[in-house]
Amino acid sequence: MKLSLPLLTAVLASLLAAVSLSASAADPKPVVESLRHADIKAEVNEGDIYKYEKDREPIPREYVQQPPLIPHTIANYNITKEFNKCMDCHSWTRYKETGATKVSLTHFKDRDGKELSNISPRRYFCTQCHVPQTNAKPLVGNTFKRAQGLN
Amino acid sequence: MTSADNKDKQSLYKRLLARVMAIGPLTVVGLFVAGILFWGGFNTAMEWTNREQFCISCHEMKDNVYQEYRNTIHYSNRSGVRATCPDCHVPKEWVPKIIRKIQASNEVLHKILGSIDTPEKFNAKRLELAEHEWARMKRTDSRECRNCHNFEYFDYAEQGRRSARMHQEGLNGGKTCIDCHKGIAHHLPAVEQSIGAEKNGAAPEIFHPPVEKPEGAAAQAPAKSEEGEKQEK
Repeated sequence: MKLSLPLLTAVLASLLAAVSLSASAADPKPVVESLRHADIKAEVNEGDIYKYEKDREPIPREYVQQPPLIPHTIANYNITKEFNKCMDCHSWTRYKETGATKVSLTHFKDRDGKELSNISPRRYFCTQCHVPQTNAKPLVGNTFKRAQGLN
Repeated sequence: MTSADNKDKQSLYKRLLARVMAIGPLTVVGLFVAGILFWGGFNTAMEWTNREQFCISCHEMKDNVYQEYRNTIHYSNRSGVRATCPDCHVPKEWVPKIIRKIQASNEVLHKILGSIDTPEKFNAKRLELAEHEWARMKRTDSRECRNCHNFEYFDYAEQGRRSARMHQEGLNGGKTCIDCHKGIAHHLPAVEQSIGAEKNGAAPEIFHPPVEKPEGAAAQAPAKSEEGEKQEK
């Protein structure tokens, strides 16, 4: 029987893999790995493999003080010191025209409890609390249930 | 057609022929060829200045607006169909193109003066420069956008729920692309949103220019605001 070169390499590679596998199995050390089952030293670059969920109606809260989730993509929506893209639709001066949810009144207080006429600068960075959703599956299982009062 | 008309035409033709013979047929052909060459050369030179590579051959563009544009969908996207500098900033039609090219001599002057040759200088002028482009787009009903994005052929079923609604409302309400789509290819200048200290930025009425509503639109307005209240959290 004549073995082709690619086949030969494949056989050799699998033999090598088997040897290295048995070596690691014999190792008594505990296996340390990331949630994605990669070696902790390995560089994991997930990149943009997840897609933002499509635009949809506002997502109900899961617990009482939950910052509402963002039900749309925010790709290229920048929040800079020059301009806050979120506030271009969600501010009280804009929400009627855009049909967006307006910002909660709780965001109008500064750190001394003083009421301002617009959102407080300390609430400027919306995405510190409000996050969009992607099609990523949960990495580990959980038993989370929605707060009873919200059902 | 009367015979008098025919005679007129024949005599015209004869006169023309006589004129050509007087100048010399070779000269006439020569002038014609020279015209083609001149026109071709002129157009080639103009198109040569209508390339992305030409635009970013100066620091004013390369170090400022080009870097910002590189992160946007008009620079890089899934299908590789791009809109480069001249697609948005130079009209396609001949007369508007020539007018814009003549206006660009002012930009050459400021290139020589070095008015915006550092990011700091550029940012100091950003609001003014942006307002010029917004005004130009507004004046032409966003002609350069519509060279590719023809809203007559929008398929609203394919658009997201937000964009489908906003496009129909906006376009029916007499808005043009630039009224909403500002800062899509470059960073925005400061925009007044009355959050924290004043920024000396674009005023709200410039950033979202009010549109004269057509008849009947006023009647729909209260219903819309109710909808907004309903969504309040």
